[in-house]
Amino acid sequence: MDIIRIEHLHKTYRTGFRMRRQEVVKDLSLTVREGEIYGFIGPNGAGKTSTIKILVGLAHATSGTVSLFGEPGPRPEQKARVGFLPERPYFYEYLTAGEFLDFYGQLFGIPGDVRRRRADELLERVKLSAWRDTPLHKFSKGMLQRVGVAQALINDPELVILDEPMSGLDPLGRMLIRDLIVGLKAQGKTVFFSSHILSDVELICDRVGILVDGRMRGEGTLDELLGHKTRFVEIVVRPPQDKLERLRADLGRVAMEVSVQGEERLLVRVQDEAQKREVLARLRDEDVDIESLVPRRESLEELFMDELSRGGAAVVSG
Amino acid sequence: MALMRIRAIAANTFREAVRDKILYSLLFFALVMIGSSVLVAELTIGEFLKIVKDVGLGSISIFGVLIAVFVGIQLVNREIDRKTVYTVLSKPVHRWEFIVGKFLGLGSTLFIELAVMTLGLLVLIAVVGSQFAPELAGAVALIYLELLFLTAFAILFSTFSTPTLSALFTLSVYVIGHMSNDIYRFGQKAEAEWIQVVSKIVYYVLPNLEYFNIKNQVVHNVALFPGQIGFAVAYGLIYMSIVLFAAVVIFERRDFK
Repeated sequence: MDIIRIEHLHKTYRTGFRMRRQEVVKDLSLTVREGEIYGFIGPNGAGKTSTIKILVGLAHATSGTVSLFGEPGPRPEQKARVGFLPERPYFYEYLTAGEFLDFYGQLFGIPGDVRRRRADELLERVKLSAWRDTPLHKFSKGMLQRVGVAQALINDPELVILDEPMSGLDPLGRMLIRDLIVGLKAQGKTVFFSSHILSDVELICDRVGILVDGRMRGEGTLDELLGHKTRFVEIVVRPPQDKLERLRADLGRVAMEVSVQGEERLLVRVQDEAQKREVLARLRDEDVDIESLVPRRESLEELFMDELSRGGAAVVSG
Repeated sequence: MALMRIRAIAANTFREAVRDKILYSLLFFALVMIGSSVLVAELTIGEFLKIVKDVGLGSISIFGVLIAVFVGIQLVNREIDRKTVYTVLSKPVHRWEFIVGKFLGLGSTLFIELAVMTLGLLVLIAVVGSQFAPELAGAVALIYLELLFLTAFAILFSTFSTPTLSALFTLSVYVIGHMSNDIYRFGQKAEAEWIQVVSKIVYYVLPNLEYFNIKNQVVHNVALFPGQIGFAVAYGLIYMSIVLFAAVVIFERRDFK
């Protein structure tokens, strides 16, 4: 089943005194399948948060359809099965972590003893058990993000929607959230999150949707988007100092790209077998050892930058 | 189910208000003002007890409004403005439940602080050797109704306006509400007929907060009209319901940026 299905979504805001119209989402369609981790990526201002707000009922679509769990939505019955963490969340700072989770539990109608048990489990899971009775205004940003994730899971949701869950976190915090998301998938849940940290997305997502300026520019698995093929091979060599400059010029005529790394190494990029063989032959002739040889495929970041610089609506779908 | 959610929101609102330090500062000053009525009474010519009651009730009224505006209104405004509302409204909560919960939470806070101030006044009256008059409770009850009334307006304004403007609008309602009778009288004295008509319309549409004001009658032991309190309560409740209904309608349609 498609857990989320958005078809031809448009969203126009009216801003300012003169009610100027601003179209933030243009003919957006995407699907999120059951049990997958879907990464929704795009630059700031692309319309990711607006789309998410429509998904969770904080804003109304101008046109288009949204269905959750196979039914048009969002409706209260569906919201009961969803967990949501907004971007840069503001929470009730005068509440303690325990009271905070208890409040949201009440909004779901979860009975008292179940609420307390779940709150304890969740605090343990996000490693905040020791802070159960501390008011939120004393929490650091990373801690607020973690308690926010706990709040999103208080109702044991089937679908978890996170808006920029990794923003502003240090590497340790990001790892914790990544592990948490992967853990949710292992539990059979579906996770939909937006991010502009592409390396995180590349690490954990099953499928990715790229949004630029309100329009979808691509959707599919990482393999579909980036291709199985190796894009190029990177060879790192450390020639003797007196040969470095000459070798650089020489290989530069054969390889795709040669650059100096630090002061002692050359990074040679070759894009096909022929180039690779030629480069390796020259290196053997010069008796230069190879430090490493790594095949690389295009990274998500490179695809992304390509889409950004491209003006038109290039669509790659899968 | 709806009840549980409303109660959760109301309790949360109450908790937030009660942990706000501004509340305690204003309460402290209110009690000081009430206490100072004794000084004023000493220095003025006139019946001692009347002055104590007058200043006392006046303080309760003014500080009640200040607390309603600066604690209560700030609360709701801040919440909507600061997006704390995002996590709440993304849950299976109806938007009207949110409005009602907020209103009840603020109402409970106002009740407690009015009770504290009234207690202070009663203690003072007992200390200066007089007896408790039940009319005093009536005056305070109507002050409470007036504060609820203003709170309803504050919530209405906060569904579509910024915190600062909402506070300003609410204070304007308070000022105009007490000038309503004057607006009517001046309008009737005007030469041009259109001014008479307009002022009549304005008078009936805008809230007349003087209905909730029986302070003078209580202080000077003037009898109340039969049904005066009943009318004030009915007027207040009906008008308030309309205001809250409007707030719900606006809130339902609202997008959160």
